[in-house]
Amino acid sequence: MFEYAPAPESRDVVDIKPSYGLFIDGEFADGTGTPFKTVNPATEEVLAEVATASQADVDRAVRAARKAFGAWSALPGSERAKYLFRIARIIQERSRELAVLETLDNGKPIRESRDVDLPLVAAHFFYYAGWADKLGYAGYGPAPRPLGVAGQVIPWNFPLLMLAWKIAPALACGNTVVLKPAETTPLTALLFAEICRQAELPPGVVNIVTGAGETGAAVVNHPDVNKVAFTGSTEVGRIIARSVAGSAKKVTLELGGKAANIIFEDAAIDQAVEGIVNGIFFNQGHVCCAGSRLLVQESIAGDLMESLKRRLSMLRLGDPMDKNTDIGAINSAEQLARVRELSDIGEAEGAERWSPACALPERGFWFPPTIFSGVAQSHRIARDEVFGPVLAVLTFRTPAEAVEKANNTAYGLSAGVWTEKGSRILWTADRLRAGVVWANTFNKFDPASPFGGFKESGYGREGGRHGLEAYLDV
Amino acid sequence: MAASNATLRAFLHGLPGVDRVGADQRAAMLGTRSIKTTAKAGAIDLAIRMVDLTTLEGADTPGKVRAMCAKAVHPDPSDPSVPKVAAVCVYPDLVAQAVEALGNSGVKVASVATAFPSGRSSLEIKVADTELAVAAGADEIDMVIDRGAFLSGDYVKVFEEIAAIKAACGPAHLKVILETGELATYDNVRRASWLAMMAGGDFIKTSTGKVQPAATPSVTLIMLEAVRDFLATTGRKVGVKPAGGIRTTKDAIKMLVLVNETAGEGWLDPDWFRLGASTLLNDLLMQRQKLSTGRYAGSDYFTLD
Repeated sequence: MFEYAPAPESRDVVDIKPSYGLFIDGEFADGTGTPFKTVNPATEEVLAEVATASQADVDRAVRAARKAFGAWSALPGSERAKYLFRIARIIQERSRELAVLETLDNGKPIRESRDVDLPLVAAHFFYYAGWADKLGYAGYGPAPRPLGVAGQVIPWNFPLLMLAWKIAPALACGNTVVLKPAETTPLTALLFAEICRQAELPPGVVNIVTGAGETGAAVVNHPDVNKVAFTGSTEVGRIIARSVAGSAKKVTLELGGKAANIIFEDAAIDQAVEGIVNGIFFNQGHVCCAGSRLLVQESIAGDLMESLKRRLSMLRLGDPMDKNTDIGAINSAEQLARVRELSDIGEAEGAERWSPACALPERGFWFPPTIFSGVAQSHRIARDEVFGPVLAVLTFRTPAEAVEKANNTAYGLSAGVWTEKGSRILWTADRLRAGVVWANTFNKFDPASPFGGFKESGYGREGGRHGLEAYLDV
Repeated sequence: MAASNATLRAFLHGLPGVDRVGADQRAAMLGTRSIKTTAKAGAIDLAIRMVDLTTLEGADTPGKVRAMCAKAVHPDPSDPSVPKVAAVCVYPDLVAQAVEALGNSGVKVASVATAFPSGRSSLEIKVADTELAVAAGADEIDMVIDRGAFLSGDYVKVFEEIAAIKAACGPAHLKVILETGELATYDNVRRASWLAMMAGGDFIKTSTGKVQPAATPSVTLIMLEAVRDFLATTGRKVGVKPAGGIRTTKDAIKMLVLVNETAGEGWLDPDWFRLGASTLLNDLLMQRQKLSTGRYAGSDYFTLD
């Protein structure tokens, strides 16, 4: 037997401080709220104590952003681009440090933070740096103006990548930002604050306030914020939409999903199996656009399930810092409880539950890769977003039925189509009500490509030329 | 099924397609596996045991073959714990010298045959070529398929040639070289793999080593999927041999990872997986010594044969 020996990435590259403050007006400062602890979800080890920003702290951050806005927005685009390019380069230079910290704080495998998150983060800053002096050619008029101060609240599943999606276009367009990272994953955002200082970004252009939901609400509801950008749950998205309704604030919401991954009988099966695995088990399924509903044509369902189960048995679950780990830890005890609850409901509803034989570490938050087969559209496991490594398998008979089932959801963020027939890809994609449709691949991201949802998956687009619109006064 | 080109075509073209982007991505991901310490030591010894030490040059001589055979049995004269390789691989006219030099060492003699490397000759000549090697004592025959016939859709011709060579092999094992660099598409690699297995090949082999690209990780991945599926469908197990371009220990270990996570550990044995190579062996020896002593010796401390 070919047992891979442990191959842990060294955590010496990152220096975790015992406590962290807020980043306001270019300086680190204590918060006036009650500090909270952030833990490594793989071990439950406390990594650091982090400040909570109170309403007063958020006021200070917004004031700093407002003060910085005048000079920052008046800079020629080419000058703002210089800062963004500089930040992108520093991120590349310090990518190992950032990847290790991301994995420690989030629980995702180091292979993913190293090979997916960090390259995309740097790419996003490079991409929007390129737009900063070309805004007049983006299709929003000859000299589009920035909005002002952007209040941004991001989730814990891709802490640094979501930060990049929010901060890079905002800064390129000439806005300043107050960003609140998720409560369970604040550390890379605070290391990013250090990178802003290293890049000599003018004080106040980027402010980072940590804390829980109350801090997020203070950012979003602040009267001097011109733009609200949120990525997270549909439930919180609704609250935000309600609270900003009637104000002049511009809003983009990137919310949940329950994406259909459609496998037609003429698909390239081995690659489709990889795509299914990548669709739902990438990042422990903590992906808003995860392919959590597998729609497989009935004629190949038996063979495909066999291949899928064999493939799942090869997945390596365990220490996220091990370079060979495929499945890391669930981000928090709270999230683990939700995944467990929905899985138990799936079982109670009569779907057949299957997981590969897989030892879970004793400490930390873990959930094995899980498949539910025999799922019906009416099961909650086919309707609710689990946000974990849980796949619901449904079958269909005809292309029309596939589309009908794929669209029969409250969400509409993404979808996947697997077939060797080009015309069927186009036919299906035309009919899917989803912001992103992947053909013969899944969970592929590129800064040049816009991303966003239909229906309860939110509104507005991030990425690409379209992503500029959210940060311009148009 | 092999009755006509129409039936063979219907079967081969009915196999699931291969998506190039996805296959390359999977192979590349498996290339990031980090094999260290004890796992690396085990992998290096396994890789040495899987090597088909090869010389296929116009300038090959009995002396060159004898020297290579000595190396095959004792790859590192300074360290008796180094295992011997699986086989040596030579042209048919040098099989007798190899058989004599290897004696009862347990290292097998493989011979290329069938108008290697192009395969451009008549079936009679190819059979005679095979019989020459078998008569001289070859344990294994590495034949090439007729790529021209395959690409023109004459699958029956390819099938019948493989079957005829298999018959001519007698007790010798037959490895079927697909020359994937000339088949070009991954769909063709999958079809040719199935064709070779159905016609009776004991092993499917990527390349002659004379055409680029040769044994890429993606092509090896697709062939490993083919033998896995063939076993599931027919109950017969077929081996895989990537050959050409595997030069470093890292390359070899990546191949073992591909085997482990595609066909499974049942193939992690010299009976079912071989590495066709010449320069690879010294790099394996160098890395082996580095692991045990902590130091690299210069290349002059490893024999050139």
